[in-house]
Amino acid sequence: MLLEMAADGFGDRVALGPSDGGLTYRELYDSAGVASERFRADGGSHVAMADLSSAALPVSLFGAAWAGLPFVPLNYRLTDDELAALASRISPAIIIVDPDSPDRLTGIDGIGLLSRHGLMDLVEGAEPPEPEWDMSGEGTAIELFTSGTTGEPKAALLRHRHLVSYVLGSVEFMGAHEDEAALVSVPPYHVAGIAAILSNVYAGRRVVQLPTFDAGDWVALVRAESVTSAMVVPTMLTRIVEVLDAEGPDGPGLPTLRSLSYGGGRMPSPTILRALELLPTTAFVNAYGLTETSSTVALLGPDEHREAMASDDPVVRARLGSAGRPLPTIEVTIRDDLGDEVAVGQPGEIWVRGEQVSGEYRGSAPRLTPDGWFPTHDGGWMDADGFLHVTGRIDDVIVKGGQNVSPGEIEEVLVCHPAVADAAAIGLPDMQWGERIIAAVVLHPGASASPDELRDVVRDRLRSNRTPDHVEFVGSLPYNDTGKLLRRVLRSDLAHLGDGSTG
Amino acid sequence: MPSLKPGSRFTSSVCTTQVIVVKGAGEVDLRCGGAPMLAAGAATDGGLPAEGASGGTLMGKRYVDPDETVEVLCTKPGDGSLGVGDALLDLKEAKPLPASD
Repeated sequence: MLLEMAADGFGDRVALGPSDGGLTYRELYDSAGVASERFRADGGSHVAMADLSSAALPVSLFGAAWAGLPFVPLNYRLTDDELAALASRISPAIIIVDPDSPDRLTGIDGIGLLSRHGLMDLVEGAEPPEPEWDMSGEGTAIELFTSGTTGEPKAALLRHRHLVSYVLGSVEFMGAHEDEAALVSVPPYHVAGIAAILSNVYAGRRVVQLPTFDAGDWVALVRAESVTSAMVVPTMLTRIVEVLDAEGPDGPGLPTLRSLSYGGGRMPSPTILRALELLPTTAFVNAYGLTETSSTVALLGPDEHREAMASDDPVVRARLGSAGRPLPTIEVTIRDDLGDEVAVGQPGEIWVRGEQVSGEYRGSAPRLTPDGWFPTHDGGWMDADGFLHVTGRIDDVIVKGGQNVSPGEIEEVLVCHPAVADAAAIGLPDMQWGERIIAAVVLHPGASASPDELRDVVRDRLRSNRTPDHVEFVGSLPYNDTGKLLRRVLRSDLAHLGDGSTG
Repeated sequence: MPSLKPGSRFTSSVCTTQVIVVKGAGEVDLRCGGAPMLAAGAATDGGLPAEGASGGTLMGKRYVDPDETVEVLCTKPGDGSLGVGDALLDLKEAKPLPASD
């Protein structure tokens, strides 16, 4: 429906690819229609994709919706065994695969494979069928497997009505000028990668894809394609800042980039401050959301960034690290362990409600309360003006001597030290305290700092019970490819620094 | 009187306007250009928007009644104005949000 409107409203605009010779909205619509016939003929229950971003992504995303089948973007970086396990959970299905590794998913019962090129050859120039699809909005649009940090991956389920209310509530139809282009470098299996396609199609903004992120390529593509907006995860922005810094003060910068949004993890304040300096004409947006909430539920806008950066008021300045305010269509509350709302400024769990919030999983009970509230499992607090501060996953909170300690606040202090490139705080078993605080620190090349010096910095800035019991210098921290710190991996790597007690 | 449910589509009988229902359920006297709207695909018998209901519709805009119990999205623009009974629907101003994706 969204794409049909785009094709009707501005069919000749370029939807995808280079401004000269890219796929127009009309062509994308026709291709999705042809793809839907192929998907229906296959007779499966799902359409999946285990491949990098390409034109085949929007074609199969909209083609699956046209055919009334859920679209399942799979993480192509998983091992063959992990990928096969997920594939058998959605069988019978057709899976779009990378032509460079065509054998990865062969021999699974009920799974048909179609290469990216095969799909694009099929839809090239063919006549689409008459539009015919379920308009109730109840059908499942997307099933996204969560990263499964705590056990078996769950398939979060987003219905058409969730995604449509997100898009209608946050995007102006044809709101983009014809010269605008959005660079998408997050992979299809990240909810932001899907939201980027939907929002930009509805806005009429040309999408440029970077299938494999590399900061140098990203900067070059922004320049080559005159990209006006982009979305990145924090680790990507850190690398981009390094590339721009290396070009020196007389470098060309990124003058076409009007808007840069980021989300998907905690942004280190040195990175965002430096980015604000390097890109003085770019509007920064911090978007907070989850897969289960159809992407963004709160955002910190461009003016709020610059205002926070320029302010001497610590409350206003702290907002640079906040997720901003909830979208007008979203309600947010902070609650305690019992589900009761806490006072302004008090920490608790972030709960959200709104028409875009799904909170449903395939094969298990929805996590929504009967009145539509979704507990995010993220910890946070809200300031007096309604700015939401996200402190991290509740499961990651360190409990030392009965006190809850958010790793995020310790990490934030550590990365502000000039010698520190990256830092992570975790809790490990301690007979006396329940957990002891371990800080894993990556130093900048050539820089030095002693463990005591870093512990003192934390003690001076935070309360003494936040001070790391031990600082361990490491070469790098484990991240997944969408920039999420893998604390589970770090905890097991550093397990020898606990005392082995089980608390 | 047409029966509304989210996702159902209606077409104007007096202009090119088409809408899709975003919110609203049950029997609603949905009109465009002063004339009752028809289920999508139904043949129109021509005519012109009535005086006072000829402000036109805009592609991609949402229109709501004052209580926000009925909300429709314009998927094809035309010369008529949308209404429920004799009351015209209001254009729902999108809240300007910076692009987050």
